[in-house]
Amino acid sequence: MALRVPLKWLQDYVEHGLPADELAERLTLAGLEVESITAIGAGWAPDKVVVGRIARLDPHPDADRLCLATVEYGAAAPLTVVTGAPNILGYLSAGLPEQPLIAPFAMVGAELIDGHAGDGRKLKLKAGKIRGVVSEGMVCSEMELGLSENHEGIMLLPADAPVGAPLVDYLGDQVLEFDIKGGFAHLLSVFGVARETAAITGKPFNRAPLEAGEPGEAPISASPSFVQLEIADPDLCARYTAVLVEGIKVCPSPFWLQQRLLRAGQRPINAVVDVTNYVMLELGQPLHAFDYQTLRPDPGGEKPVIRVRRAKAGERMRTLDGAERTLDAEMLLITDGGGPVAIAGVMGGADSEIGDDTADVMLEAANFEFLSTRRTSQVLKLRTEAGDRFGKRMDPELCLRASLRAARLIAEICGGTVRAEYGDLYPRPFQPRTVELELPFLHRLLGVEISQEEVVAILRALEFEVREGEPLRVSPPSYRLDVTMAADLVEEVARIYGYARMSPTLVRDELPPQVRNRRLDGSERMRDLMTGCGLDEIITYSIISRQEDARLNPAPDADPPDGKFLAVQNPLADDRAHLRRRLLAGLLNTARENLRFQERVALFELGVVFHPVAGQVLPDEPLRLCALLAGRREPGSWHGGQDAAMLDFYDIKGVAETLHAGLEIENLSWQRGSDPAYHPGRSAIIVIGETEVGRLGELHPRVVAAFGLPPNPVCALEIDVEALLQLWREDRTMEPISIHPPILEDLAFIVDESLPAEQVRALIAQTGKPLLVEVALFDLFRGPALGPDKKSLAYALTYQAPDRTLTDKEVAKVRGKIVRRLESELGAVLRGEI
Amino acid sequence: MLETLDALKGEGLQSLAGLERAEDLPDWHRAYLGRKGRLTEALRGLGALSAEQRPAAGKRANEIKQELEAAFGRRQDELREAALEASLAGGGIDVTLPGRPVGPGHLHVSTRSLRRIREIFGEMGFQVYEAPEVETDENNFGLLNIPPYHPARDMWDTFWIDEGVVLRTHTSPGQIRCMREYFPHPIRVILPGKCYRYEQITPRSEHQFFQVEGLAVGHDIRMTDLIGTMREFARKMHGGGRELRIRGSYFPFTEPSIEIDMDCLLCAGKGCRVCKYTGWLEVAGAGMVHPVVLRNGGYDPAEWSGFAFGMGVERPVMLHHGIEDIRYFYGNDLRFLRQF
Repeated sequence: MALRVPLKWLQDYVEHGLPADELAERLTLAGLEVESITAIGAGWAPDKVVVGRIARLDPHPDADRLCLATVEYGAAAPLTVVTGAPNILGYLSAGLPEQPLIAPFAMVGAELIDGHAGDGRKLKLKAGKIRGVVSEGMVCSEMELGLSENHEGIMLLPADAPVGAPLVDYLGDQVLEFDIKGGFAHLLSVFGVARETAAITGKPFNRAPLEAGEPGEAPISASPSFVQLEIADPDLCARYTAVLVEGIKVCPSPFWLQQRLLRAGQRPINAVVDVTNYVMLELGQPLHAFDYQTLRPDPGGEKPVIRVRRAKAGERMRTLDGAERTLDAEMLLITDGGGPVAIAGVMGGADSEIGDDTADVMLEAANFEFLSTRRTSQVLKLRTEAGDRFGKRMDPELCLRASLRAARLIAEICGGTVRAEYGDLYPRPFQPRTVELELPFLHRLLGVEISQEEVVAILRALEFEVREGEPLRVSPPSYRLDVTMAADLVEEVARIYGYARMSPTLVRDELPPQVRNRRLDGSERMRDLMTGCGLDEIITYSIISRQEDARLNPAPDADPPDGKFLAVQNPLADDRAHLRRRLLAGLLNTARENLRFQERVALFELGVVFHPVAGQVLPDEPLRLCALLAGRREPGSWHGGQDAAMLDFYDIKGVAETLHAGLEIENLSWQRGSDPAYHPGRSAIIVIGETEVGRLGELHPRVVAAFGLPPNPVCALEIDVEALLQLWREDRTMEPISIHPPILEDLAFIVDESLPAEQVRALIAQTGKPLLVEVALFDLFRGPALGPDKKSLAYALTYQAPDRTLTDKEVAKVRGKIVRRLESELGAVLRGEI
Repeated sequence: MLETLDALKGEGLQSLAGLERAEDLPDWHRAYLGRKGRLTEALRGLGALSAEQRPAAGKRANEIKQELEAAFGRRQDELREAALEASLAGGGIDVTLPGRPVGPGHLHVSTRSLRRIREIFGEMGFQVYEAPEVETDENNFGLLNIPPYHPARDMWDTFWIDEGVVLRTHTSPGQIRCMREYFPHPIRVILPGKCYRYEQITPRSEHQFFQVEGLAVGHDIRMTDLIGTMREFARKMHGGGRELRIRGSYFPFTEPSIEIDMDCLLCAGKGCRVCKYTGWLEVAGAGMVHPVVLRNGGYDPAEWSGFAFGMGVERPVMLHHGIEDIRYFYGNDLRFLRQF
């Protein structure tokens, strides 16, 4: 949560004596991260922008809407400026007020924000004539000074502002903006930051604002004369306090208070609201101000009742922002005799809001259960500063002090008196607790020996009570509800002691058993094989459009080919709301985008996909590899020929073969595939044993078109990584290399067109064992001479024996066996030696 | 007879010297030394000689045969050499034409970075532990000491899959899985992987990204070990002289929690736009494993301690390569990917 702390305000509570950047660094190192430092008045040149007094007003000789102001600013002779500020013009006829008119005054040469441009543009003030009269400077609006967006009139300063002083001295400041993480309510206030600053710097801490809220002698009870307090659900409300300020007159806040609020990021409204905001920023306790006269008693009762209870399911109320809210039974309400007046800790109701004619104010300072408050705020989608603060563990001891501090300030500013009895219902009072800290534990966890003396000093500086001994017995203050165990104390000590003082070490603890991660090693091997084939790796989004995936099945009205998708309940965009089941669509989209700039794409992705499984909370996340080739084999190559042709089935098959060879996987077979995403005649599944480990081929032309790709072959390979890695062999035994010369011969067979070549090769290889050591297809020929539906397959055969030189006779015998077997089993005809 | 042989030799040598083309050599060889060549024919004539003349003539004929063979060999070499010279002189190609492409493809820039990170931690004994991307609310939050509606949940904008099921917002849920699997052994692992956060896609933010989590659990794991390990990593990953700045922080699953900054890669700590003029870059969030988390993982915090850290993968890559827009990573423009 962001917090803005003006340094002049901070200095009221701790005189740290550090420049802003050094203070920011010290706080950041201790865990209060300063995101930025904003200098207010950085652009106000001390000799050009000063506090001025409007000593005289004269009419402009030539314009009704302008006047001439004579400004004294400490120099011997005043200067005259032309102004049309509406909040000044009125004094022209009425005469100057009793209180001196003090305003920021900029001389020629000063740099200001251009109030008319409205976009923060800067301008340098030049001497110039306005309607014929020379203006020797300018009296400035808040916007021109960069203080706010207000450009309605000039900014008026308090009567006691030192005329002639540089404005930067009087009004300049520096604001630290923090990002306070987690649930640390105690850091979300100027007072809290001051307390940390004091602990870090060792400077004294001024507790005046807390002392200003001392209850003193006045009676405190759950039933003071002005209100009856009841907490029906103490599990959600540990404390409720009420203080009454009577006979006030709602007015604007004084200058100093408005300035502090503005710097802390709050817009001033009226003194009552401003004071509640001010005390919230100062001490951290959110306050709520009710117009006391609107609070109702129970029917027949006399004094108003405040009842803190859970809402009834479906109960409704109108909140301050004008919205009608429907509540559920887990939401905590503040009600009076007539019904809901506030959603506890989140927002007040419209009916009891402070108005201009409010005369009596009842201040609420309570302590609500933080998780419940956050839930209410989230369910209602209603974020408020109070809700954000109550959504963290607040200090229950702070309530009454904060409301008294505020009540006294309101009485001071708006007149009126604080009723000398206070309402306080505290069903679950703060229980001080003791956390034991053994120094050896601290030393073991940090690796640093910090002396007991220093540990105790740090904890005490943070207002922890410490009883020395072994172990240390430590009581955290009431605002440190986050500290519950020894490790929490170690953190407090470590961050104040300073991590910079700890010397780095290397782990000396026992090394755990080291094991191989075969899935990862195999995946990386596959990535290397793919890049080795010239493919570029891509990583696409896991959250996809299901409609796009559906395009992989070109059949009209087809169901998604692979069953159900996992849906994201709160997607960034409605058309990207599902988790991918398959990588292919992502590659196709990537191919389309890249083919706008490239003649060829060769891509792969390796990642998990998501398959919901009935009866299982979490989906299966199988690891998949998908490769895609499209375009020319070698675009832009001047070598021509094969290089320039379109990539086709045999290119992707080459990639698949390289993958299998690289993993030393054997005995795989290629069978016709039936995946509707693929071309029915130009696709295959890869089968090893009984297992399908992948599929490949040219994609169906309708799929290619559906993804907006040009009408050329697009080839894909999809691999089930884990299934394939099951077969990854790394245990191969070396085969001896024969020193005896091989005999080479070529054989060609005429077979039916429909006969898969692999069958021919396999039969040759099987029959030729063991002397036939290699069979390679080197020619495929079709022609009228062979007859229709026939093809000729020509193989280069290598015969070799490990232990002797083969004779022609031995080879002839094997050859004869091969030929006979092919003739009888496959109907092949030997085409003759080539 | 000897004269005839000598004449034959002279004629042969002369004829051989006159040959200028290597392809004419076989004809010459056939003509003089072949089975039906002139020397063979001359040798047949030996039969007509007397027994006294025959040995001398035979010897002579053999000498001449060897001489002619030798001369043939020399001439052959000469002509081959000359032909080679000629071809080298005339066969020049345009060496400026592009070569036939054989180059390997490119690994994704994130993969390259992940490999380097794994390698560095591997050298320090950290093994890789992988965990699922779709996680239970309990593993992603609850067991990491972040109960429902806890204010710490604001730190992660979450994609919800179902009641109690999320796309993991960080790699930290792997800590719970890993501890429950490894107990009672000590642990030293990194957990790299994809994470998801409900964030609009802009030049500075992505809804999908990589994180690397680290976890060490043992009987003697210290905060200073964490700092030392991270310094070792920073120096191996980003260069020898790197300095770290450790500051206090808050994470619900570590206690104490720290944040680790490194002196800015671009300005060496002097302050620049990239480090927002602080001189420091955030490297990792880290801390000592929270006792509650240790216990949830099965390890008794009275006996065991541990450290954990988590860091982004893309951000340092962007700094290294001057990439200003994170959308390049998963936009998969090959004109980008092929640069690395």
